[in-house]
Amino acid sequence: MGKTKRDKKRRHEFSRRAFVAGGLQIGLFGILGGRLYYLQVDQSDRYSALAEQNRINTVLLAPERGLILDRNGTELAGSRENFRVVVIPEQAGDVSHALRRLNRFVDVNDFVSKRVLESAKRLPSFVSIPVVEDLSWEQFAEINLRGPELPGIHCEVGRLRYYPYAEALAHVVGYVAPVRKEDIENNSDSLLRVPEFRIGRSGIETHFDKHLRGVAGASRVEVNATGRVVRELERHEGQPGNEVTLSIDLPAQLHLDNLLKHESAAGVVMNVHSGEVIAMTSTPSYDPNQFSMGISFDKWRTLIGDPDTPFLHKATEGQYAPGSTFKLVVALAALESGVVNPDETYYCSGKHRLGKRDFHCWKKHGHGRLDMLGAIMRSCDVYFYNLAQRVSIEDIASMAQRMGFGEKFDIDLPGGKSGLVPSPQWKREALGENWYKGENLITAVGQGYLLATPLQLAVMTSRIANGGLAVSPRMIRRIGDENIERNSAPSMGLTPSSVKFIQDSMYAVSNLSGGTAYGARIIDPSIQLAGKTGTTQVRNISAQERKSGVIKNEDLVRDLRDHALFVAYAPARSPHYAVSIVVEHGGSGSKSAAPPARDILSFLLDRGQRRAA
Amino acid sequence: MIIGVFRAFGRRVPFFSKLLALNFTFLSVLVLIAGVGLLMLYSTAGGSMENRGWAQLSRLSIGMGLLLLVALVDIRIWIKFAYVIYTLVLVALFLVEFVGFQSMGAQRWLRVASFSLQPSEPMKIALVLALARYYQDLPIDGIARFSSIIFPLILIALPVLLLLRQPDLGTAMLTMLLGVGVLFLAGVRYRYFISLMLLGLISLPLIWQFGLHPYQQQRILTFLYPEQDPLGAGYHILQSKIALGSGGVFGHGYLGGTQNHLDFLPEKETDFIFTVLAEEIGLIGSLGLMFLYAIALLFVFLIAMRSSSHFGRMLAMGLGINFFLHAFSNIAMVTGLIPVVGMPLPLVSYGGSALVAMLFSFGLVMNVHVHQTISAEPTTTIDLR
Repeated sequence: MGKTKRDKKRRHEFSRRAFVAGGLQIGLFGILGGRLYYLQVDQSDRYSALAEQNRINTVLLAPERGLILDRNGTELAGSRENFRVVVIPEQAGDVSHALRRLNRFVDVNDFVSKRVLESAKRLPSFVSIPVVEDLSWEQFAEINLRGPELPGIHCEVGRLRYYPYAEALAHVVGYVAPVRKEDIENNSDSLLRVPEFRIGRSGIETHFDKHLRGVAGASRVEVNATGRVVRELERHEGQPGNEVTLSIDLPAQLHLDNLLKHESAAGVVMNVHSGEVIAMTSTPSYDPNQFSMGISFDKWRTLIGDPDTPFLHKATEGQYAPGSTFKLVVALAALESGVVNPDETYYCSGKHRLGKRDFHCWKKHGHGRLDMLGAIMRSCDVYFYNLAQRVSIEDIASMAQRMGFGEKFDIDLPGGKSGLVPSPQWKREALGENWYKGENLITAVGQGYLLATPLQLAVMTSRIANGGLAVSPRMIRRIGDENIERNSAPSMGLTPSSVKFIQDSMYAVSNLSGGTAYGARIIDPSIQLAGKTGTTQVRNISAQERKSGVIKNEDLVRDLRDHALFVAYAPARSPHYAVSIVVEHGGSGSKSAAPPARDILSFLLDRGQRRAA
Repeated sequence: MIIGVFRAFGRRVPFFSKLLALNFTFLSVLVLIAGVGLLMLYSTAGGSMENRGWAQLSRLSIGMGLLLLVALVDIRIWIKFAYVIYTLVLVALFLVEFVGFQSMGAQRWLRVASFSLQPSEPMKIALVLALARYYQDLPIDGIARFSSIIFPLILIALPVLLLLRQPDLGTAMLTMLLGVGVLFLAGVRYRYFISLMLLGLISLPLIWQFGLHPYQQQRILTFLYPEQDPLGAGYHILQSKIALGSGGVFGHGYLGGTQNHLDFLPEKETDFIFTVLAEEIGLIGSLGLMFLYAIALLFVFLIAMRSSSHFGRMLAMGLGINFFLHAFSNIAMVTGLIPVVGMPLPLVSYGGSALVAMLFSFGLVMNVHVHQTISAEPTTTIDLR
């Protein structure tokens, strides 16, 4: 084979191979082209969406929480500025050093700095970490002034729920607190995930949380791969929450709270016609403002450990034996059953024997002979022991229920208790025991198993005062733009003369010499009140003690003293307000519970007269 | 004396007529591709030539100068020194094992004086040179003999083994494919390629078990299941696909790619620069660049076909395969067709060694073009018996 021929052959062979190689290259480029078409045309929408997801973060903005107002439009819950100081690690450099420098101006304790340092480790370095919240204006101003010396330390102004009347309305208005993990688990509202968001934890704040919350705003921001915000794309502010207007009258509320705040007590003032709650307090109370930022464990423990139970809303959740205030129900049941004539008299010798047992009157040597009006006026127990043997316990129980006992009223507050109206049937079912005849007697003077809340006592009083209309308590007047209307109360179908008789008896209690609340009367004839005292034992009085003389309340340790109760309405002639007061361990109703009731009623009515004039 | 290099071995080709003989259209295509790279670097810097732009431009200028220099050297000089160059680069690659320093977990760089060099890039060129020289010398009848394949296989195996030791799996694979490609061009029987493929398939599980470092295994797993770990190892490829896909047909517009400017793209100036192009200019841009690559390859093909010397044909086409393998593996990597191998996009990615080496190789191709009329005779005759 010649040299040139061989070279020619080699060249041909190369050409063939080069064409195959070139073809392969074109083929492989074709695959790449197909792949690019697939990614950039076929799958373009999917990847565009993913790119947007990468790029855009939506930051929720907490809306302004709705105000809670009293009936006159005064703010009971609003918001105020919260001055806080934050640290931005990437600007501060050494975070712990920055905190030490900050410590010269505000207290940064070990607990705080540990929390901040942990967050700094966890979060990207451009995220600001709150250090101290709720600074005073002076601290805030000073840190702002010292800005140049404190790199990475910034002051911010946030909003914080604020309760200007603090303790006076804590149980009604409630409070808000930071969101807990459990809240998020069973709620889908994304607002709960906003760090500044506070959720209602008690009172109106809880019950109307959804209305007060509002709608979250959103800010769409562009972020880079590390999560840093590059710019804001759009922002829409949320809707502020709805205002909730209560029937509470702030001056009356403050007055009532002031009267009771040194006791462990509860008081309710209602409009007898509409059922609107004008004032409602429970003492001792607590400052709801301390929950907005999260309460410290020590403070919480102190409140929880207080024997006077500041967290218990005694007006709706405190259950007390109604004592002699229940005599009104028994008298009404007796009149309505028709078996008793109010003019019939019984003799009170100070005790009443049933079987082998003596039932004592609170007055050791007896009241003498009394008719029904006298028995109510002087609160004679023996008269009602006699009545209890003629009126069936079923009649008493059903009258109690008609008057509002045993019913948990919905006044838009969480919690609330229904009390207890005992009956033979109830006792069999609940305790598996038979009803004893003696229990009729105990029930007739408002003791034994009987339990009522101060709210129920106010409802009972209202229903007597308005001539027998079944008013229910209510607390909400408006939510946002919507007026909350209620149907007018239906008649309870009581005989008008019976109701009139009970009203007259209550008038006698407060306005006739010898009445148990005569000392706490209102003298002005146009606004005279009508009431009924009650004193309930919290201990058993032994036979031995009765012999040697019952120990006076003043001589007992506080925990063993009687609870003092008083229910009243005024003006006696054209009733407008009903009030119930319970003072725990207050001694007697006439001494501890009647005077504050008189004060709040005359406060309201005096003001009414001044306004009318 | 210097001019003498350009016209060695008797037959004289005047220096200036050589200069005029350069293929300027081909050169413009290369400049165009490099220009696309510069535009993309300008975009990754957020619309600035600072940092990388100017550096790339200066390297490009140096590389272009080198290209011309390499092109004008007499082709017979390259033939003569092919084995010498191969040996020198192989020694350099060997030295990396001992004096090279670590970068990105693998020893690939050799520091020479004040600048560092990655011998694996020149190695591929040197391999093509050496193989072209070998087949220039081998008469066509020798091809059919099995013994003739042993020496080229050694030439291929030495750098591949060194690269595997570094470890640089991607470059080793590419170098091997390049070598096999050149053997294919030389006319080695098809049955050898088929048996090689079968051998590869059979030994695949063994290589997986014993031949791969855990991080290499991880890379391949990530390639197979990128969505399993979107924030971990699969992040790169997923973000890359998002950039490509969101670009659509027309792209977000130049300087408008969000994946690029918000730093979601990994290694966007180097290995993943193709995604910036695809995101901002869309399918038009990505196919456009591939079209430019294809044009360049076409020129290489034509130059190889026109060459009178077997060395020239083998060299040009072999370097064309090298160029193609780079472009293909990079684009296949960013589109998720093959595992992440860490291969730059030729002439476009920011980088020193790779860019200069690639321009050097185009200098050799251009050299073949300039010297297309010279049919260099085998310098020695290899006795195969």
